[in-house]
Order: sequence, then structure tokens, then C-alpha cells
Amino acid sequence: MSEKQFYDSPLEEVEPGHTFLDSNELVLNMGPQHPSTHGVLRVILKLDGEKVNGIECVIGYLHRGIEKVAEHRTWAQFAPFVDRLDYTAAVSNSLGYCLAVEKLLSVEVPKRAQYLRVILTELCRLASHQVWLGTHVLDIGAVTPLFYTFRDREDILNVFEKYCGARLTTHAFRIGGCRYDAYAGFYEEVLHICDDLGPKIDEYRDLITGNRIWMQRTKNVGCISAEDCIAYGITGPVLRGSGVDWDLRKKQPYSSYEDFDFEVPLGTAGDTFDRYVVRVEEMRQSIRIIRQATEGLMEGPIIAKVPKVIRPPVGEIYSSIEAPKGELGFFLVSDGGPMPYRLRVRPPSFINLQALEKMATGSLVADVVAIIGTLDIVLGEVDR
Amino acid sequence: MPEVPDGNPPSPTAAQAPATPPVAPKPAPVAWECDLVQQLRSAYGSGIREAATFLNQNYLMVDRAICHNVLLDLYEQWGFTSLTDLTAVHYPKDELPFEIVWILFSMAKNERVRVKARFADGEAVPTVTDRWVGANWMEREVYDMFGVRFPGHPDLRRILMPDEWTGHPLRKDYDPHKQDDEWVRKNLGIESGQ
Repeated sequence: MSEKQFYDSPLEEVEPGHTFLDSNELVLNMGPQHPSTHGVLRVILKLDGEKVNGIECVIGYLHRGIEKVAEHRTWAQFAPFVDRLDYTAAVSNSLGYCLAVEKLLSVEVPKRAQYLRVILTELCRLASHQVWLGTHVLDIGAVTPLFYTFRDREDILNVFEKYCGARLTTHAFRIGGCRYDAYAGFYEEVLHICDDLGPKIDEYRDLITGNRIWMQRTKNVGCISAEDCIAYGITGPVLRGSGVDWDLRKKQPYSSYEDFDFEVPLGTAGDTFDRYVVRVEEMRQSIRIIRQATEGLMEGPIIAKVPKVIRPPVGEIYSSIEAPKGELGFFLVSDGGPMPYRLRVRPPSFINLQALEKMATGSLVADVVAIIGTLDIVLGEVDR
Repeated sequence: MPEVPDGNPPSPTAAQAPATPPVAPKPAPVAWECDLVQQLRSAYGSGIREAATFLNQNYLMVDRAICHNVLLDLYEQWGFTSLTDLTAVHYPKDELPFEIVWILFSMAKNERVRVKARFADGEAVPTVTDRWVGANWMEREVYDMFGVRFPGHPDLRRILMPDEWTGHPLRKDYDPHKQDDEWVRKNLGIESGQ
């Protein structure tokens, strides 16, 4: 019985058990303006009481046509635009784009620039994971960790600000290397962050990991198997949380990642708790990488010789990096001209978000919030 | 200084001019030869139009009639179990203007391969959602941006643009300043979004 029929028919005709509420599902619209959707994601839930029977994502509210924009900018002019994809990890996007163009140009980036890039990209991974941790835990009901993570992220953003003048949309790298060298006091500040953040991560752990409410809200919530992850094309910490040992920094090293000693943390159950453990452990590994890169930073040039007007040879290239959210790929098609003929971004958030339907169907409505948080999506990247 | 037949010394600029820096040869695709290509060729003959390596990346250009079979073969026999990306490129001047690109990946071999096929405007492209569930949104995006249809897709709707929008923005003939004026007037209540 539909809602209209229900209200139109006289009360005595409505038999118990035949109201629109218990014969039909309730369709609830969540978002696009909702604090736990981390941006402008709209989710349509089909609910039977508290239980989610179906879920549909509506995206595109932040669509800016970045791929179309690329076709009308030169290769160098487009570089600042990629910062607007995943705006919590702008440095990673910048690295992904620059590496792709360099590969197409067959440019060798100087070693010092590669190390500088690693330091800044891993700092950026720390900042991105801190945003994720604070907001994810906030969604589930713990308010305090948000202030802790944002307090500690501030140190990293200060380094970015001193390095290139911007905190979020940094445009840190240029095609061929880095635009700026390390400023005076850079090493000390970066090493200070490394020393400081380890105990702070212990602090997050003490606040969150053993907490009974946290465990009950995350254990066995939003489970996804390794096979499903691969079928959906999921990458990044979500894939590793399901126990698949896959990290592009290890398997297809770029920008001198082969020089550094670090581990790839893995989960087993593929639930929200495991993904939390994986990301927090990744932060510790990032600190290890930053320390090695800072101590091993050699003297030398920071940018390769690249022509003023970049005209890559005719051809195509696909190049990808391990961004904080997963595999960020760029598929470039050049017709030999000064502008890309086609530029496709393979956004990790877009592809990971697709699995929300699989992960949240059958769970409780409160868990949907936890699952959106654990996928760690950024709508700027989903919608482009 | 060496003697020259006409008695004039060679011009100093010519003698001292530094050798021109060696120009890096332009990268060009080279033929890709391996068991995989041989077996595919023996199975599909001239359906495999091109098998090449460009900047250490392998790609296959296949006939549109066999592209679905080739993708399934790569999945089942060669371990390319992941679909990294699916996208399209528009070449409006060509007879078959839409190039669909499937980027496949094998975790076991740590190897990527790009499969490409050309399609005419309005022609149906076989869906791969039967093999990779993750292709669902990727195909929707290609439909949204290029107007390429994938019959057999479970839910082929626009994904990033509004549902009622007319036109497909990533086609080359779609001007970057173009918009669906009627949609903008009706839904935003303004004359122009520009």
C-alpha cells in the first residue's frame, strides 16, 4: 500500500500489518549536505526499520570537468588543477601528474628532487590520514581525536606553507622536478615532526584502539573480501585491509621508493577496524620513510632541463602512484601539441566508493556512516 | 692549423662551435612479441590489429568484433584479473571516432596491458560488467561523457552530469563554454551559468 493510499483510505480499512511503513520499505535520503558524507555525496537508503536493504550513491555535485579543462590548457598550466582533485592530499596528486608527464617526455628527475618529493608526499600522506582519522572517529561519536589530529596536522601544513607558500592546494612540484629547494631549517622541522608524531600516534591509539564502543562500532562492520576488492578494482588501504599485499611503492617503485626500507601493513578480516589499523600503521611507516629520505638527502640540482613549452611525443601513457586513498592513475594522450589531447584521471575514491553498495547492504543505518568514513573518499576526486 | 686548399683558414666559429647536443630519439612503438600475443594471433588472426610496446607499456589494438572475447581470454587464461580503468578517447575526424581503452592488470605477474578498440558513433560497445563489477561506474562515466552506449549494462544512466542534461561534454565537438541553456534556465533560474 502506498503512502497516498494509506492516508486516503478510512482508518478501519487499514488492517494491522498492512501499513505503508511495514509493507513497504522506507526510502531515506542522506545528503548531499550531511556532515558524515565528507562533502557532497548523496546516498539514497532503502530501509526496513534500522536495516539497510538497498543503497544508491548519487554523485556529480562537485563535477567541474577537470578532464575537459585539461584539453584547453598546456601541460604545465594544468599542473595546479590536479591539486583540486583530492584536496586533502594535493602533493600526491601533483606527484602523480608530474611523473606521468615526465614518463611521456622520458625525462630523468634529479635524485635530490626525487627525495624531496618523497619527503613531501609522505608528509602529505600523514596529513591526509590525520584528516581521515579525525573525521572518521568523529562520525562514529568520539569528538576528542578530531582536535588531536588537526592539531598535529598543523605542523605538517606549516612545513608546506614555508616550502611553497600554500597549505592545501600546494602545487609543490613541477614537471621535471621541484620548483623550490628545501628552505633553511627544513630538515630540523621535518625531523622534529618525525620525532614528535610517533608518541602522538600512540596517544591516538590509547584514545581509540582499545575503546569498547569503538570496537563494537567497527569490528565486523563493512566487511569486504579480497576477491570482491579485486572485482571492484579497489586499491589502497581498503585493499590492504582485506589482506592483499599490494602497494605500488613496493611493487612498482617510482621516485626512488626502492631506496627506503618500510613495511606494508596488512589486515585480515577486511572490516572497518582492520582498515583503521592499516592506516594508523601506515602513518608510522611514513615516518620511517621521511626519516630515511631526510637523512639521505644529497646535494644536487632539483629540476631537470625541460623545455619551456612542453610538447611530448605523439603517444599514450598510463602512470600511477600509491596516493593516500589508493591507486591514482593518469592516462595521457598526446598528439604532439602543447596541450593534452586527452587526459584521464583514474581516481581511487571514485572506484572505491562504488563498493559502498556491496559493503553497506544488509547492515544497520548507523553503520553506513562508519563505512563511508572507512572508505576515505574525497568528493573532489570522485566528481572531478 | 691544418692547411686548406684555398689558403683561407677555417673560420674559428666553425672549429670551436660545440658539437650539437645529441637529440634524444623520439620514442616510437615497437612490436610486442611474446607468447600471449602469439596465442591471441593464432586464435583471432587479423582481429589483433596491432600489438606494440610504447615507453615500456604494452598495448593491443583489436577489432571491435572480438574485443569482448579478447578481454575475457586475458582474464581467464593470462591472469589479468583486475580492470584498472576503462575510458574513451574521441577522434572526430576518423571513420571510427571512439577509441575505448581497457587498462587491465595482473597482480600475479605485476603487469599491465592496454586493450583498445575503435567504434563508430552510436555503435554499441560490449559491456564488461559481466566480468568486472567495478566496470559499472566506469561505463556509466564513458556513456555520460561521450554518449557511448553499453547494451547489457545493468543501469546505464548519467553519473556525473545531471540526469536531464543534453550533450556529452568530453566529445571534441563540445565547446568548453557550451552548456545546456534550457537546463540551466529551468533548474538554476538564471540565464547563463557562464
